[in-house]
Amino acid sequence: MSAHVSSIRDPLIVGGKTYKQITEDICTPTERTPSAAWVLAFIVSVMGLGLYVFCLGWTVWVGIGSWDLNRTIGWGWDITNFVWWVGIGHAGTLISAILLLFRQKWRTGVNRAAEAMTIFAVVCAGQFPLIHMGRLWLGFFIFPYPNTRGPLWVNFNSPLLWDVFAISTYFTVSLLFWYTGLVPDFATVRDRAKGLRKRLYNFLAFGWTGAAKHWQRWESLSLILAGLATPLVLSVHTIVSFDFATSVIPGWHTTIFPPYFVAGAIFSGFAMVQTLMILTRKILNLKEYITLAHIESMNKVILVTGTIVGVAYLTELFIAWYSGYIYEQYAFYNRVLGPYWWSYVGMMTCNVISPQIFWVKKYRRSIMVTFVMSIFVNIGMWFERFVIIATTLARDYLPSSWSYYTPTWVEIGLFIGTMGLFFTLYLIFCRVAPVIAIAEVKSILKSSGDQYSGAHAHHHDHEEVEQAAKEEKKEQ
Amino acid sequence: METGKTDVLYGLYDDEEILLKAVKKAGEEHLDIMDVYTPFPVHGLDPLLGLSESRLHISGFVYGAIGLLTAFSFMTWVFTRDWPIIFGGKPYFSAPAFIPITFEVTVLFAAVGMVVTFYIICGLGPGVINQVLDERITDDKFCIAFDTNGADDNKVDELKGFFTSTGASEVNTKTI
Repeated sequence: MSAHVSSIRDPLIVGGKTYKQITEDICTPTERTPSAAWVLAFIVSVMGLGLYVFCLGWTVWVGIGSWDLNRTIGWGWDITNFVWWVGIGHAGTLISAILLLFRQKWRTGVNRAAEAMTIFAVVCAGQFPLIHMGRLWLGFFIFPYPNTRGPLWVNFNSPLLWDVFAISTYFTVSLLFWYTGLVPDFATVRDRAKGLRKRLYNFLAFGWTGAAKHWQRWESLSLILAGLATPLVLSVHTIVSFDFATSVIPGWHTTIFPPYFVAGAIFSGFAMVQTLMILTRKILNLKEYITLAHIESMNKVILVTGTIVGVAYLTELFIAWYSGYIYEQYAFYNRVLGPYWWSYVGMMTCNVISPQIFWVKKYRRSIMVTFVMSIFVNIGMWFERFVIIATTLARDYLPSSWSYYTPTWVEIGLFIGTMGLFFTLYLIFCRVAPVIAIAEVKSILKSSGDQYSGAHAHHHDHEEVEQAAKEEKKEQ
Repeated sequence: METGKTDVLYGLYDDEEILLKAVKKAGEEHLDIMDVYTPFPVHGLDPLLGLSESRLHISGFVYGAIGLLTAFSFMTWVFTRDWPIIFGGKPYFSAPAFIPITFEVTVLFAAVGMVVTFYIICGLGPGVINQVLDERITDDKFCIAFDTNGADDNKVDELKGFFTSTGASEVNTKTI
């Protein structure tokens, strides 16, 4: 159990916790009456959700003409939002799957919430391709089902159909992975609950007992699902990038898109995880489990992926020039200096320049800087998708059909509305489920608790540990 | 899960390291442990209990292989037999274009199949309610349970002695 951990590593659980306290700290937020902050946030989110439903109804009733898309610009905010939301989802899978394979222990503090974020982000993302079809009730046409038209099948050679398979597989696998991880923790909540709550969690916990064989299978299952989710998550944004890369539009038709989209996805996803974690740890009082060490690790990922994205932007410009192909050169000239120059500036500032602040350790460990940066990055990544989609379409091969696009209130409402949907789901999750993987945190306590590792480590003796924790508090 | 009631004698331990020592001792004394329950996966427990490695990954491979064959052969059948269409001047059987969907369906089948198998072989699932021995097992207690159905008093005393000597903090009986 207590594997050797270097003393220079920061402890991942502070406050000299015992198993009992871990259960107590993480379960309490689901058991007490919701705080005023939660209620307020929930009301605002549900209002956002209401706006979404209204704008969706408007789009369906009036038709897709209520958006400002035109013959030249057929994709606008809809697909921008889709790509943005899918990208956000990627961080959750990265944390829970890839970091599990790499045996990164810091993932245990944030994986549960990050994966919930993935699922909710994919739910939001999935809305847009469906809505942008215009006739929502015919959405099932995208699936290959036996029909009376031949049967006439869908086009399996189209990246748009690959996307259908990628997103729906991604959603299903993430949901299964997340829920299987939740089952033992639901059992913990169940065994503390009384009355109606007991019945609810009895159902949610699937009859979990904690038997040795079950744990063995559970670990085996988690590991294999992580192994499957890792190539899956890389494939999802690769396929999303194929939506563009396999077309013949200059500025889209580039082989750099798959790695560039995946890096961007991880970048924006980690930013959203930071936004959520900083709020969650404060409101639910979980600072001892989501520590500065966690935040610093994630900021390092943001710095690396942000820089990869920056290199990709510059590579695109270089290759456009180097290709000697005037249409490609014009596409990129237009991207930087064309009518949408402001979105390019926004993208470059937020995605490439601002994350460089994280080279400085002081800022990596600053909550305020991290929070502001996480918002910046998400704005920047939204701009990136908008830059790719709108600037490219606005200037196509025929100057006579050049156009400009601004969203209508319906499109803006749909975007803000999906944020309402996202936060409504997230807030419900915070109330119902333990936001930190209790069993997994317990399993790293002996190697990463501050009484066992790090600068203040003591002997494996509980009384001494408690004593040390008290002394430390006094010093502070 | 067998039907009918079982008398269980169980001891609770406060730490997984004490538990591991106790399980080891039980093995040495040839005591027949019914099961061990823990709040989190305790590494090193499986070999002591003589549990063989889970074969779940084999099932995952089989489901994945089924998914792969299903997706690839279905697309091939649709585009070469059922309704051949030329897309962009490519051959009917354009295998590279089938790869993304084949991959996704492989992953989908493997993941769904394995998760369903996991719940079925563990006897878990929606609506399943297993009686727990002690509510603190999902919190901070580590439990060794013995099946004492039809055991005589001597045997029970021997087991109780085992719990005391291995440092159990509590010993209880329950019929589940």
